[in-house]
Amino acid sequence: MAAPLSVEVEFGGGAELLFDGVKKHQVTLPGQEEPWVIRDLLVWIKKNLLKERPELFIQGDSVRPGILVLINDADWELLGELDYQLQDQDSILFISTLHGG
Amino acid sequence: MPQPWLPLPVSGQNLCQDAAFKDGIWDCFRAFYVHKFRAVLGKNRLIFPGEKVLLAWSGGPSSSSMVWQVLEGLSQDSAKRLRFVPGVVYVDEGAACGRSREDRAKTLTDVRQILQTLGFPWHIVTLEEVFALPPSVLRCSAQDPVGTVGTYKVAVDSFLQQQRTLAAEGLRGSPSSAQGEEQPSQPCTQDSQDPVGPPPAAQTEALSQLFNSVKTLTAKEELLQTLRTHLILHVARTHGYSKVMTGDSCTRLAIKLMTCLALGRGAFLAWDTGFSDERHGDVVVVRPMREHTLKEVAFYNRLFAVPSVFTPAVDTKASEKASIHRLMEGFLLRLQAQFPSTVSTVYRTSEKLVKAPRDGCAAGPRCLLCMCSLDVDSADSATAFGAQTQDFSQTPPPTPRAKAGAPAGPCCAAGLGGAPNCWQGTRPCGREGSRARVLEHLCYACRVTMKDVPCLDPLPPYILVEAQLRSQRPSAEIQEHLVENSDDEAPASGSGARGPPEQEGKEARAARDCINKNFFN
Repeated sequence: MAAPLSVEVEFGGGAELLFDGVKKHQVTLPGQEEPWVIRDLLVWIKKNLLKERPELFIQGDSVRPGILVLINDADWELLGELDYQLQDQDSILFISTLHGG
Repeated sequence: MPQPWLPLPVSGQNLCQDAAFKDGIWDCFRAFYVHKFRAVLGKNRLIFPGEKVLLAWSGGPSSSSMVWQVLEGLSQDSAKRLRFVPGVVYVDEGAACGRSREDRAKTLTDVRQILQTLGFPWHIVTLEEVFALPPSVLRCSAQDPVGTVGTYKVAVDSFLQQQRTLAAEGLRGSPSSAQGEEQPSQPCTQDSQDPVGPPPAAQTEALSQLFNSVKTLTAKEELLQTLRTHLILHVARTHGYSKVMTGDSCTRLAIKLMTCLALGRGAFLAWDTGFSDERHGDVVVVRPMREHTLKEVAFYNRLFAVPSVFTPAVDTKASEKASIHRLMEGFLLRLQAQFPSTVSTVYRTSEKLVKAPRDGCAAGPRCLLCMCSLDVDSADSATAFGAQTQDFSQTPPPTPRAKAGAPAGPCCAAGLGGAPNCWQGTRPCGREGSRARVLEHLCYACRVTMKDVPCLDPLPPYILVEAQLRSQRPSAEIQEHLVENSDDEAPASGSGARGPPEQEGKEARAARDCINKNFFN
């Protein structure tokens, strides 16, 4: 059983528009059976943080192409993308490079 | 721990396999990023030392990065220092996007804060200022020869010589004082331009109405881009800038290339996506960020804290299918996710486009809005292509006399057998003559865009005036066939055409007499 995690989720490049304009969110993820991975985090964000237009942020079980994800200022592609296991005090940043926010 | 290289899709190369994962890698990245910027400028050799260059800053990541690169480039030691004289322009487009005054004011505060730290002269203009533009902004000025490689080298050598002389004479107190024509490094705001208060409400309202009347988001984006280009061009000309730098990144240009194809601008791809765009003659648009992908830009901005201001645009929060631009963006980015060489492939293709040689502005008529050479052949009226573009002009089928098929002229040509006022009452806007007068000067893509603008009257006056002026200067060929018609009146048969009094100039009268003679003899 994984312990609850505290992570910082940040949005930039216009993505914050979908989250009421709030850029930084300090998030406590509840404990669960399996360790938290980014895939789970996205589901959690969609359910708890996303205020509108989920299709502009999430596509399928990943983010929409054009949205960059940085985990602790490193490209998530280097860290396993959706399968990266979250650690306590991690910082996840979503930057939109799309025109439409 | 995976191998420490950044998957950068543009070059497809691994950056730095030896660097430590977190620390050294970023120095390597930074060096590469900056090098690319310098290399693009150096390779093309279009920007001469001491030249005034206007940086078009939208507040977005790419243009912010570009401005930052210029700032850093100017402050380096003299051997590697960038040598041109920059200024920055920011266009407040809030009226077109329906933003409130308070929001716009707030954004402008953030914008000013950043501009003040730059130290270049800056120009904040609102889109409403298009209502004050002169029609001359749509005319291509005599082309300034860009110069050969030889000229560039000579210019650089003489500039360096000048610097050495100044240094030898002991005038070099600080690096900035030996710059000659270049801006000193302290903030130079006497040349800056900032609106004192918000623009007149009537203009904001007019602009809002114009954009609200446009039926599709695609047309809105195109119209906005057109107006923005004209405005920036005007600022550049007024303040003596001979170059404008825009922050289009590799990703954006790849998307733009595909979008332009879909919009019918295939003939102008080389200008729309190339490094330099000389269509305006005296002011050349250059795109120094074209080798950087959006991903690199985003990383760089994040890591090196490049300030930017996010401004909602007309297409913010639009769905994927809302416009051709959004569709293409989604298509390319999705493809890129699966096939990481997509963007670079499209981009490399755009590099291979060669501009057809042009003799200068005089060669052929230009589109009123985008200022590219007109690609609509007026002789094509009988073809399907011609039929499409004449959908809104409704000229009658070519008769033996009107052999060129009067290009989008008002159709009620008395004497040609057409019914008088054949389309009166079919359109909400009654001024068919003025609409046709504008449309006949547009290229295919701009005509398609204007199809989604039901009434052209809300367009800023400089466009309508220039259209009128061009219509009154018919070419010799058109003079034979064009029948000038009044906007509202049914042309009486036999009496020839009569334009509204204010249009009648000597030229127009001469044309009319010529027409009358040809048609009614």
